[in-house]
Amino acid sequence: MSDSSGGASFTASHVLEYDYRRSVGPVLGRFFTALREKRLVGIRAADGRVLVPPAEADPNTGAALDEFVDVGPGGSVASWAWVHQPRPVHPLDRPFAYALVRLDGADTGLLHLVDAGEEARMSTGMRVTPRWRAERSGAIGDIECFVPEDAK
Amino acid sequence: MSAETEPVKAIVTPTRLEYEFTAAGTHADFLARIAEGKLLGSRCSECGMVYVPARGSCPRCGVAIEERCDVSDKGTVTTYCVVRVPSENIDLKLPYVCAHILLDGANIPFFALIQECEAEDVRIGMRVEAVWAPKEEWGATFENIRYFRPSGEKDVPVEQLGDWV
Repeated sequence: MSDSSGGASFTASHVLEYDYRRSVGPVLGRFFTALREKRLVGIRAADGRVLVPPAEADPNTGAALDEFVDVGPGGSVASWAWVHQPRPVHPLDRPFAYALVRLDGADTGLLHLVDAGEEARMSTGMRVTPRWRAERSGAIGDIECFVPEDAK
Repeated sequence: MSAETEPVKAIVTPTRLEYEFTAAGTHADFLARIAEGKLLGSRCSECGMVYVPARGSCPRCGVAIEERCDVSDKGTVTTYCVVRVPSENIDLKLPYVCAHILLDGANIPFFALIQECEAEDVRIGMRVEAVWAPKEEWGATFENIRYFRPSGEKDVPVEQLGDWV
């Protein structure tokens, strides 16, 4: 740091941080409560599709939905992106994939991570299964990540 | 029901952003000057307005500002806010007052904390002065000024504060 002006520059580190508390409502509340019990639930839409995570309203008609459906726990990877160099804010400290996981019995993709070790083990359509945390609080992080089914 | 059996009603999502801010130009000039215990402003060559902290252009005239000038560390409260809600990272006795202070020699108010008086005694037109940290603690930071306190001078009549109230 210079103490005279005229082209001096100053750099400081800043941290902007806060916890955001969000009410989840009865439908997502049921999804999160099920996660705490190591279960995955979706909801049936008017056209018969099963949405995961469950939505309060039908995406096409806006009608309230209430038919919960158990899904998973296994599923297949619908699409994915490999994170070569995880940053400190990432949920894993080693390379991993962000993936849309189509759980068995579901018609939509759930965004989560796949801990596959290396990119070469990733493929669209691969089978994955959740790795549950021992301590669960009713949050999406109760699933630490998904892992390839053959690595179970 | 225990926490383990109650339905989940809310989730907490942490938000965190770490970044480095590099001051350059007039910001750096201001920081270098506050490290010497002075508040640096800049004066527009067109309209004569003095901005503090110094800035590189005049928002009224749209022209670059070259001239730098120190302004006083005494000023007048133009508006204020009494804070009665605690914040996790602010360790001040409630209620406390944040104010806009029109420093002598400046034409734009400066945001600062008021201490050493009761919140209900703060008023528009009140004269205040900066309380600086001990010189050995000074750095290129706003934290050199701990807060402002009443200076004991006579209030400035509101009508003399013009556009600032």
